[in-house]
Amino acid sequence: MRVLELQSITKRFGAVTANEDVSLHLDKGEIIALLGENGAGKTTLMSILFGHYTADAGTVRVEGAELPPGKPRAAIRAGVGMVHQHFALAPNLTVLENVMTGTESLWKLRSDRAGARRKLADLSAKFGLKVDPDARVSELSVGECQRVEILKALYNDARILILDEPTAVLTAQEAEGLFATLREMAAKGLSLIFISHKLHEVMSASDRVVVLRGGRVVAERRTPETSKEELAELMVGRAVQRPERVPGRPGAVLLEGVDLTLGGKGGASLKGVNFRLHAGETLGIIGVSGNGQTTLAGLVSGLYPPDGGALLLRGHRPARHDVPHAIAAGIGRIPEDRNAEGAIGDMATWENVVLERIWDPEFSSRGIVRRGAAKQATQEIIRDHDVRGASVDGRIRLLSGGNMQKLILGRVLRAGPEILVAAQPSRGLDEGAIAGVHERLLEARGKGAGVLLISEDLDEVMALSDRVQAIVGGKLSPAIPVEAADARLLGLMMAGDWSVAKEIEGADAV
Amino acid sequence: MRFERRDHPSTGLVLLAPVGAVLAALVVAGLLIAIAGANAFEAYGLILKGAFGSRLGFSETLTRATPLILTGLAAAVAFRAKLWNIGGEGQFYIGALAVAAFGMIPAVAGLPPVLAVALCLLAGAVAGMLMLLGPLALRLKFGVDEVVTSLLLNFVAVLFVSMMIEGAMKDPLAFGWPSSVPVPGNAELPKLMERTRLHAGLLIAVGAAVAVWLVQARTVFGMRSRAAGLNPRAASFAGVPLGRTLVSVACLSGGLAGLAGAIEVLGVKGYVTTDLSPGYGYSGIIIAMLANLNPLGVIAAALFSAVMFVGADSMSRALSIPSYIADVTVALSLLTMLVALFLTQYRIRR
Amino acid sequence: MNVILDILSSVGMWEAVLRIATPLIFGTLGVLLCERVGVLNLGIEGIMTFGAMLGWLTVYSGGDLWMGLVMAGVGGAMFGLLHAVLTVPLGLSQHVTGLGITLFASSFAYYVFRLAVPTATSPPTVEPFRPLAVPGLSEIPFVGQVLFNQTAPTYLALALVAALAWCLYRTPLGLALRMTGENPHAVDAQGINPVSLRIGTIMAGSALMGMGGAFLTLAAFNSFFPTMVQGRGWICVALVVFASWRPGRALLGALLFAFFDAFQLRLQTVVEGVPYQLFLMLPYALSILALVLMARRARVPQALMQPYRRGER
Repeated sequence: MRVLELQSITKRFGAVTANEDVSLHLDKGEIIALLGENGAGKTTLMSILFGHYTADAGTVRVEGAELPPGKPRAAIRAGVGMVHQHFALAPNLTVLENVMTGTESLWKLRSDRAGARRKLADLSAKFGLKVDPDARVSELSVGECQRVEILKALYNDARILILDEPTAVLTAQEAEGLFATLREMAAKGLSLIFISHKLHEVMSASDRVVVLRGGRVVAERRTPETSKEELAELMVGRAVQRPERVPGRPGAVLLEGVDLTLGGKGGASLKGVNFRLHAGETLGIIGVSGNGQTTLAGLVSGLYPPDGGALLLRGHRPARHDVPHAIAAGIGRIPEDRNAEGAIGDMATWENVVLERIWDPEFSSRGIVRRGAAKQATQEIIRDHDVRGASVDGRIRLLSGGNMQKLILGRVLRAGPEILVAAQPSRGLDEGAIAGVHERLLEARGKGAGVLLISEDLDEVMALSDRVQAIVGGKLSPAIPVEAADARLLGLMMAGDWSVAKEIEGADAV
Repeated sequence: MRFERRDHPSTGLVLLAPVGAVLAALVVAGLLIAIAGANAFEAYGLILKGAFGSRLGFSETLTRATPLILTGLAAAVAFRAKLWNIGGEGQFYIGALAVAAFGMIPAVAGLPPVLAVALCLLAGAVAGMLMLLGPLALRLKFGVDEVVTSLLLNFVAVLFVSMMIEGAMKDPLAFGWPSSVPVPGNAELPKLMERTRLHAGLLIAVGAAVAVWLVQARTVFGMRSRAAGLNPRAASFAGVPLGRTLVSVACLSGGLAGLAGAIEVLGVKGYVTTDLSPGYGYSGIIIAMLANLNPLGVIAAALFSAVMFVGADSMSRALSIPSYIADVTVALSLLTMLVALFLTQYRIRR
Repeated sequence: MNVILDILSSVGMWEAVLRIATPLIFGTLGVLLCERVGVLNLGIEGIMTFGAMLGWLTVYSGGDLWMGLVMAGVGGAMFGLLHAVLTVPLGLSQHVTGLGITLFASSFAYYVFRLAVPTATSPPTVEPFRPLAVPGLSEIPFVGQVLFNQTAPTYLALALVAALAWCLYRTPLGLALRMTGENPHAVDAQGINPVSLRIGTIMAGSALMGMGGAFLTLAAFNSFFPTMVQGRGWICVALVVFASWRPGRALLGALLFAFFDAFQLRLQTVVEGVPYQLFLMLPYALSILALVLMARRARVPQALMQPYRRGER
């Protein structure tokens, strides 16, 4: 039975076409995967389905009836539930309150909390989604938050469930658990769509795959009848070769962390972190989001000094721990969040390029900015790194993610850093841009720089690193050579089981 | 209907925004005049005539614009760095009071005029700075929003002025309303036009606008303070010391507002009363916004406000329209300017 | 010492506390409502001024007192609508817009006042609300004399505290309002339009601010004069932080504040040698102190001052 049908959906934002003539259907009890790169139009399509956006053309039918456009309420009533990638939850309210909001008539003089509590408990039991109704959402883990999101949809009697990148913030184990739950829901008659760009989960969890590229449906396959390789090519549109790492020759220790501790600065805290970064090698730090990566990156980038322990630069404790000194000491920094941290959208491109080195005599003298030199340098970076859509005097806000990253890499690499701290360098980029970033990182390593790669992407870490450490709960695991690592072992390490890693490290040292 | 961000806001549109905003405000105010039973065109004609029509009117307009340029700059500098200094009024009064207090030091009367004026101005500026550093310290230390604290301090400042001019700084020779001891003659600012109140403070104000523009456009400090305002997180990632930058911005902003008070005393009144400012500090906020925070634009915006205030006084004598219409127009122009700026950045679809 | 005890034990003093607190309660609840849905409303000072003027003008031109109060509420709601349109769908800076509303509303109030009363040297008066003794209860010594001998708007203000607390914590609407202030995306995801919720709430909050202003001209005093609001609006903004965005604590804050105000007024007349201005500074200084004490502890609505646009995070 057809429960959902999207017909010829077209949506434009100004000059950009996000969806063009997209048609899609979903049957009862089915799980389909909506596969596509960032910017392929997946989220836009689902937002139209849910009524957050109004399509320029096309219709949405749920169980045969057409949904009025632009009305989330109508979508909810028709039985469509959406689990957002960025959880739509209020952290200061309780689980029960989050679930209840908007489920009763607004003008009732008293809300029926007891009834809501009962219904939530029933659903929770029926689908095995355990959560404390009176806990504040701010106290929950990401996995629990996601459960609340799913429960919210079920509470609204959703028969069609849409999940936007549901595993983005989960550990491998949590993701497995999630997909088991989804299977069970499908078996109980729910129909599901999940959005993803991860091939392995698409292959393992869906019945059918719809591939979006450039806003159009380019292919539709029954999952058993396709392969990872085929899907990859359909998704990207061409065969993109990521650059290969050739074994390097590590040199002296450039950067060493000794028992670093730091209380949560905008992230989880560090509780005794040890690592050694050599010249000419890439040290990969793998981990699930929220285990202290952000704090570690900030510490090494010079944003905040450690509370305890020492960060040794070429064996010495730096005299001052701040950003200008870190940069002057040859640390190049690629921030985790390009738009929030790496660039100031409403400043000119040249200002964004020189701001972090504005103290350098090249770019200022006696407090006066040397605009000529700054613009010259910017021009060179735009040319050498093929930054498209950027002009020296234009605002940086409009750059695409890939070009923004090229510009950031350009400003960092121009100074020839000996140490490169790259936090989530390819997050949110498309395949072509990722290949470019990887190439630059390998190039820097080839020239003798030490690269500290902090990433949540297993493939990326395996492809680029010489040695790998996992970050769990603010601590770093022993380092293992990448040759000894595979997805299963890294999964164990990310889950906090370091016994094998210890053995390997021990054997390595001998 | 929805709004769509323009990819490239055109410079022409941005320059046009204040013009459109002022026109819109004048239209609305014109309606209010018409409702009150007068001819709006006649009223605006009289306002222009009052502000420009005579030597005296013209000099009064420029005299009125002088403190407005400075308080406008004070707000513009602070807002650029997202430091919400709403305390211009208080800083103005404290600056004025500091000058009067400094003038009471016997040695000042014996100084050569240039030195006396310079020291007095410095005293006013420093007092204004200190007045803003308080709210900034509370923000940096305790996370208290400086908007409310700097606003509340305006009331404290005026009460403090009142206390001083009825107490330690009271002029024993003054009758009626309490006022402070006048500043000595050698510290008074020279007049620019004979038999008018126009004084050299205007030159200082315009000079300050140019200087602030240069600082913002050309110096490392200017670039850093802008970065800190636009995106503090990215600024701090790029190594901009946020706290230190804000302190410098606060010194500049508070200093300019304090300077405005000092100049008003040295150039116009010669002494301090509690009605020294008809809301110069608050008008400065409007002027800064109307100028789109551009220091040179502040001069034009201050002139507009001064024309309205001076012109409305003489207009209201001729027609029976309350001179408050000037305040209404200027305040409205702030709101219309906000909308105009929005329209430079977004276009409306469907 | 005796002097202080005399003041503290007088019925007049405590009666005054409630009277002084009333406009603050209206204003604080108004700010609280706006901020609970995530919008700072610095228009309060001007809206109170306008409400004070409009309430007075209504009564002066023949309306009855309740009509004056209602008109002040309607006037406040209109300025609230202006603030809401600018800050919610347009997403303009809430700080600057609010200040603009204050400057506009107060100068507009003065303009209208001067049109209505072009030349009078002393502001014309109206017959204000009289204390309304609740039969029986007002005879209870002290407590009854203080509590049940107030003007009708004071009772209204107290009832509003309870009503608002009930609404916020017991009704579906209140839950949706709180959610809007925490995360408007979440509200939208549940099928409620946060934009209209915000606009409506800001109007309601601004209406309360206008009524708070009208209390000044129709109960506390009996005439309108410019600058009569004297920063009460700003004090309300501070009180909301002090109250941690809870109606009950807002009442407490307003009462505490009014207590100090009433106390200093009485102390002024008996203590000699201290400039009266120092006493007058006390309310402002206390507000700042309240902000400092609570700034880090208060549970700020997470979406306060975050404009909401669909699809933008």
